[in-house]
Amino acid sequence: MSPELVLGAYIFILAVFVGFEVIAKVPSTLHTPLMSGANAVHGIIVIGAMAVAANAVGGTLGQVIAFFGVVLGTINVVGGFAVTDRMLQMFQGRRPGPPAK
Amino acid sequence: MAELAPWAYLVTAVTFVLGLKGLTSPKTAVLGNRIAAGGMLLAVLVTFLVQGTANLALILAGIALGTVAGLWGARSVKMTAMPQMVALFNGAGGGSAALVSTLEYVRELGHDPSAGLVVAIILGLVIGAVSFSGSLIAFGKLQGIVTPRAFAYTGQNIVTGALALAMLALAGLLVAATLGVRTADPLLLFIALTVVALVFGVALVMPIGGADMPVVISLLNAYTGLAVAAAGFSLNNQLLIVAGTLVGASGTILTRLMSKAMNRSLTNVLFGAFGAAPAAGAEGTRADDGRTVRSTTPEDVAALLAYARAVVIVPGYGLAVAQAQHSVRELADVLEGKGVDVKYAIHPVAGRMPGHMNVLLAEANVPYEQLVDMEDINPEFPRADVALVIGANDVTNPAARSNPGSPIYGMPILDVDKALNVIVIKRSMKPGFAGIDNDLYLDPKTQMLFGDAKDAVTKLTAEVKKV
Repeated sequence: MSPELVLGAYIFILAVFVGFEVIAKVPSTLHTPLMSGANAVHGIIVIGAMAVAANAVGGTLGQVIAFFGVVLGTINVVGGFAVTDRMLQMFQGRRPGPPAK
Repeated sequence: MAELAPWAYLVTAVTFVLGLKGLTSPKTAVLGNRIAAGGMLLAVLVTFLVQGTANLALILAGIALGTVAGLWGARSVKMTAMPQMVALFNGAGGGSAALVSTLEYVRELGHDPSAGLVVAIILGLVIGAVSFSGSLIAFGKLQGIVTPRAFAYTGQNIVTGALALAMLALAGLLVAATLGVRTADPLLLFIALTVVALVFGVALVMPIGGADMPVVISLLNAYTGLAVAAAGFSLNNQLLIVAGTLVGASGTILTRLMSKAMNRSLTNVLFGAFGAAPAAGAEGTRADDGRTVRSTTPEDVAALLAYARAVVIVPGYGLAVAQAQHSVRELADVLEGKGVDVKYAIHPVAGRMPGHMNVLLAEANVPYEQLVDMEDINPEFPRADVALVIGANDVTNPAARSNPGSPIYGMPILDVDKALNVIVIKRSMKPGFAGIDNDLYLDPKTQMLFGDAKDAVTKLTAEVKKV
C-alpha cells in the first residue's frame, strides 16, 4: 500500500461523512438546484483532464481523447453552475406586489 | 509557485463544502452556488500555473469550446427542460472522467502500475462511462427522443446482471494482467470494458419510466461524483477525491430524499420498470364502467369559480409547458378580488422535478403563503368548493390510493377527488408521464375543460371578470 493510497482513503472516508452531513435537511423546493449545484462541483474533473492533456500520451488519438476530456469537463463546470444560478434566480428578488395590470 | 497549488486546492475544497451547505437553504443558495463556482475558477487557474505551457493550445481550445457549449446550453434551456439539461451536464462530467481514466491507463501501461492504481482507473472508467451513457438516455427520455415509457422486456434483470458480471470479469482480467497473469492484450480488455460499461448504462436507464427520471438523474449525479473521486485516486489529486466524494455522498442522500418524496424505494425505481404498459393487475382500469368524461366550457367554470368560497389550484407539468404561471396568478387575483379563498396545492414531485412548481409560481410572484404542501392541503380538499387541476395528472390519480394493481399504487397523491367539484384543464385525454389512465377524469364530480393551459386560464379569467 502506497502512502498516497492510504491518505486518499482517509480523505475519501471523511468526505463521505461531510457529504452526508451537509445534506441533512433540505426543503424539497431546493432538491433540484442542489442536485444541479452538486453536478457542477464534480465538474472539477476538468483539472484532471487538463493534467492528462498536458502529459499528452497516446499520439494523435491520445490528443483527441484529451481534448474531449477537457471539453466535456468544462461543459460540466460552466453549464452546471450557470444553470443552477438560473434556477436560483427564480427564488431571488421576489418584489412585493404585481406589476401594474 | 507550483508548491502552493495544493494549498489553493484546499481552499477550493472548502468552497465546495460551503457551497453545497449554502445550497440547502433558500436564503443562502445563490451565494453558495457562486462560492463553489469561485473555488472552481481558482482551481482551474492554479492548474494552468502548475501545468505551464505543455499542450496549452489544446487545453485552451477545449476550455473555450466547453465554455461556449455549456453557457449556451444553460442560457437557452427552457425552465421546463431544466432536468434534462442537468442530465446532459452530468453525462459530460461522467464522460470526462472516463476519458481521463483511459488516458491515465495508457500512460501507466508503460510503467508497470500497481494493482491498486489499476483498480482506481477501472472504477473511474466504468462509473464514468455508465453515468455518461445513462445520462444521455435520461436526457433522451425527458426530451422525448427516446420513449419516455419504461422500456420493459422479459429477462431485463438477467441482461443487466449479465452485463454487470461481464464488467466484473473484464475488470478482474485487467487487474490480473498487472499482477503478471496476462490472458489478453490489456488494451483490448480495457476497450471491451469501456464498451460493456456504456451498454450497461443504457440497459440500466432504458427500463425506467419518465416519471422516475429525476431520481435517476440524481443517482447518476452521485455516480459521476464517485467516478471523479476514483480519478482523483489514479491521478493522486486530493481535490478530485474530496469533491467527487462530496458529490457521491450528498448525491446518494439526495437520491434517497427524492425517492422518499415519491414514496418509492430506490430498488423499486431501478428494477421495478415503473410506468410499463399497464401491468396485469391494472387490467380493467381502462373499462370505464359506463362512466363518461364530461366536457365543460369556460363560461360554466367561471360561474362555478366566482361563486365558490374556497378554490384549490393544482398545478402540474401542463402549466409549466404552457408557461401559464402568470395567467394563473392573474386568475387567482381576480378570484381573490371577489372574495374567494385561493390556495395552491403543491405535490412534491409535480412537474418534472421536485420544487418545479414552486419555482414557476415564484417566478409569477405568487405569495409563498398560498403555496401549500401536500400534507397540509390534503385535509382541506373536502372543504374546497372547487379543485382546479391545471395540467397535473398522475399526482391526482386516485388509483394510487385505491387500486393495488396500479403501478403508482402507494404513491402519495393530492386528494383532489374529495373536493366538491373538480375542474381539469388538459389538452387531451392522453395519459400522463407514468403512462396510465386517470380515474379522476371519470368521476361524476369531474368536468374537463380541454385546451392549452394558458389559453384556457386566460379565457377563464375573462369570463370570471364578467360574472
